[in-house]
Amino acid sequence: MINKIAGSMEDAVADLHDGASIMISGFGEAGVPDELIEAVVAHGATDLTIISNNAGTGEHGIAALIRENRVRKVICSYPKMAAAHHFNARYQSGELELELVPQGNLACRIEAAGSGLGAVYTPTGYGTILAEGKETREIDGKQYVLEYPIHADFALIGAYAGDRWGNVVYRKAARNFGPIMAMAAKQSIVQVSRIVELGELDPETIVTPGIFVGKLVLGSPVNAGESA
Amino acid sequence: MNQDKAVQRLSREDLARRVARDIPDGAYVNLGIGIPTTVANFLPADRETVLHSENGILGMGPAPAEDRIDWDLINAGKQPVTMLTGGCFFHHGDSFAMMRGGHIDICVLGAFQVSVRGDLANWHTGAPGAIPAVGGAMDLAIGAKQVFVMMDLFTKTGESKLVDHCTYPLTGLGCVSRLYTDHGVFELGPDGARVIELVEGLSIADLSRLTGLELAMAPADSPA
Repeated sequence: MINKIAGSMEDAVADLHDGASIMISGFGEAGVPDELIEAVVAHGATDLTIISNNAGTGEHGIAALIRENRVRKVICSYPKMAAAHHFNARYQSGELELELVPQGNLACRIEAAGSGLGAVYTPTGYGTILAEGKETREIDGKQYVLEYPIHADFALIGAYAGDRWGNVVYRKAARNFGPIMAMAAKQSIVQVSRIVELGELDPETIVTPGIFVGKLVLGSPVNAGESA
Repeated sequence: MNQDKAVQRLSREDLARRVARDIPDGAYVNLGIGIPTTVANFLPADRETVLHSENGILGMGPAPAEDRIDWDLINAGKQPVTMLTGGCFFHHGDSFAMMRGGHIDICVLGAFQVSVRGDLANWHTGAPGAIPAVGGAMDLAIGAKQVFVMMDLFTKTGESKLVDHCTYPLTGLGCVSRLYTDHGVFELGPDGARVIELVEGLSIADLSRLTGLELAMAPADSPA
């Protein structure tokens, strides 16, 4: 019998190891798997590479991992945010490596990893300092930059509901990077607000098929005032 | 900076209103963070415009009432928004395919500098020690069918932001087709900048002098 449901946050992140690369879903606060990140902090794994759109703000989430000095490198599109003081301090002291990637290139490089592609030619960034030193090619009169896939050992994903086969649906704009990160990591760990019986999710509307999910764990209810 | 009181510079609101006028019925539009977002307030009610947000929304609506805020429903600037009937959600891969794939009709962006040939600099001042952050700026710049920039024509210290060559780090090459400013509207392309509209009290000679560029009016039959 397939049962991907982990009994606790601690169990969900039990396979983590030092030096791991970890994708973390979310855009702003929407879709950030807060409790899974807290579990990573508690787990103690260090020397991590974090792949996420932002680099955390305040004292929780990715910011907490950076504060606890667990992160060696961040790959993201937009680390500059209000209250990103832990990122700023470690970046400016040179303790934290940053690979800045245009958001769409971040998305397509993650998709390339999940889809088994060797690389992608993308028009984004051509002629800018973010493409310096990279191979370029003219295709049908347009210029492209060669960008390589971003793989990860783990993906931590915040979603809405899932079943024991790992089928997942999301809520509103909290979907963002979840579905593509789930495809790109060796083990995807999904935090949901509801665990439902097999068959309860409409097969027509499942967003992330269970094949992309390694573990599923029950987290807190949806983060918004509005219900459903 | 123009000191002449007779020059009727457009206010921020009038500039947003002017940009909104050029967004046709049925257009799929991405409004950049900051000033471009205000264009949404002036989209004519008799036109159906579908707003795209990079974080996975089509059919984005205005800000909610305070008691209806939902932090799973935010825009690219991480502010709470609403959905219009007919709107939908999708993941980041699809969202940026909409941009990169040329499916978005119009994107409106702010800028530090724009070159007469449409090069855009809007993501980084290049200042030492600044935290670099690019977000979706480079994807938006090169992806949409048409890229509009709206900005003040001059910096606070009077330097033209429309330039021959950008000195700030580039966001995209030759990507801006239309520039809307508080002094006038410009068409940009491989052959350089042409002026489509000037605000009242400003001559093309004044504008050339102030910007340090050799500017000419676009032919009258040019699409405006």
